[in-house]
Amino acid sequence: MSLERSDVEKIAHLARLSVSNDELDAVASDLSNILNLVEQMDQADTEGVEPMAHPLHMVQRLREDRVTEQDQRELFQSIAPFTEDGLYLVPRVIE
Amino acid sequence: MQWETVIGLEIHAQLATKSKIFSGASTAFGSAPNTQACNVDLGMPGVLPVLNREAVRMAVTFGVAINAEIGERSVFARKNYFYPDLPKGYQISQFELPIVGKGEVEIELDDGVRRTIGVTRAHLEEDAGKSLHEDFHGMTGVDLNRAGTPLLEIVSEPDMRSAKEAVAYAKKIHQLVQYLGICDGNMQEGSFRCDANVSVRPFGGPLGTRAELKNLNSFRFLERAINIEVERQIDLIEAGGEVVQETRLYDADKDETRSMRSKEEANDYRYFPDPDLLPVELDADLIESIRAAMPELPEAKRKRFSEAYGLSEYDAVFLTSGKDLADYFEQAAKVAGDAKLTANWVMGELSGSLNKAGLGLAESPVSAEALGQMLLRIVDNTISGKIAKQVFEAMLAGEGGADQIIEAKGLKQITDTGAIERVVDEVLAANVDQVENYRNADEKKRPKMLGFFVGQVMKQSKGKANPQQVNELLLKKLSA
Repeated sequence: MSLERSDVEKIAHLARLSVSNDELDAVASDLSNILNLVEQMDQADTEGVEPMAHPLHMVQRLREDRVTEQDQRELFQSIAPFTEDGLYLVPRVIE
Repeated sequence: MQWETVIGLEIHAQLATKSKIFSGASTAFGSAPNTQACNVDLGMPGVLPVLNREAVRMAVTFGVAINAEIGERSVFARKNYFYPDLPKGYQISQFELPIVGKGEVEIELDDGVRRTIGVTRAHLEEDAGKSLHEDFHGMTGVDLNRAGTPLLEIVSEPDMRSAKEAVAYAKKIHQLVQYLGICDGNMQEGSFRCDANVSVRPFGGPLGTRAELKNLNSFRFLERAINIEVERQIDLIEAGGEVVQETRLYDADKDETRSMRSKEEANDYRYFPDPDLLPVELDADLIESIRAAMPELPEAKRKRFSEAYGLSEYDAVFLTSGKDLADYFEQAAKVAGDAKLTANWVMGELSGSLNKAGLGLAESPVSAEALGQMLLRIVDNTISGKIAKQVFEAMLAGEGGADQIIEAKGLKQITDTGAIERVVDEVLAANVDQVENYRNADEKKRPKMLGFFVGQVMKQSKGKANPQQVNELLLKKLSA
């Protein structure tokens, strides 16, 4: 399977990554190689093998429903670029 | 052309846990911004989400209640999109293996018709934060207190055929999650949110293209928005246009729906299993213990109310509409020892005055116990039903318990026959003409004329004479 430049542009946009025009061909080729590897693995016979959702063969541990976190807003907001009235400020998003 | 409406609902119910679904931060509503957003909720590097056991239990409880298949193995996935109120750039949700599979609920429409609505699935996920678009020097403010609050997203089949059916279904789920104690159902605070997928098609034809309606934060808006959207789609198609699949926002002020996201930003969430979380496995014992601990559900309670208390269908439906109301009624009835009387007061005076004051049952100034005590005084003839209204008013105003008010205001009913007889004699002596008329009147007209004398006696006794005794004495003396 091979990706077109337009596929790479779309994926890059969804991931909010900036890929310059000069890089597009190289990235498309790299990603295509990865997909080819996956395609190769697809040929392995997996009849009767249950798909795994996680490489570790373990089950999720559950937490008791208790409030254990303290308010650390000041600490967290000390590394935020902009805050006001306890809010994080970000470039305006309009719906 | 006859058009058929097809509706499916996605309901987000915030689960009533103390802490968040993947962190130990509090879920309490209304705290100062970002004081309940810990490093996990903020998506700081290196943090690890750990699943809340109670959220799992609540989700399974819902599944059992709607007779659904419970996913003995369920998996969390990342739903990727960028928005400032979602700091990680993905929402932890479930995709291929949800915790609750296919189930169903029965709805009842106004005309008594019952319909079964399929539930496709219900899955666990985390809520996002809130963006505040007021002007912060041209920027957007973000409060992440809500980020990470557990949600149960309940997805229905496209089984509803009118806005009314959609509302009946939404109300049914709303009632159910509150009965189960897994969600407080508060729509104003956003604990219970509805999105509607709406399409139209020629009767019996293939499904049309749907629009997803958002911002429906009351049952009334849900109904309005669906009806308006259906009209819009029919007008569009009949004018030769085509419905596009998109998200539309309902604007209650303008009473219209409008497009929210452009097609360019079409949803492409690239779900994949979250490597931070292992699969969740539920053993059969856990599911069985949840089944065993299932509280009485609305349908069963309604049946029990009409059988055990001898209530009418209407009363039973009304009183079981919410679990808190049902509990209130039962507690008051137990104290009063008269279910029918209690039902009348809870549905009448109590509900009426709470409505008028704009209060919920939880904020009622008169507790179930206190109302029961007051009703007990009607039952044991200490006060009449009429005087009881005065007592109740005083209780609402915070003047104390029933006995205290009856004592302080001297409202105790006069049951002493001698005392009542004196008042009756006075009234008869003062109204000789009416007595004469009564005695000469036709049998059939007498009951109505008797009312005059009863009224006079009650007036003289300031409403305190026992009405039954007054009646008996008057009849005896007038026929003498």
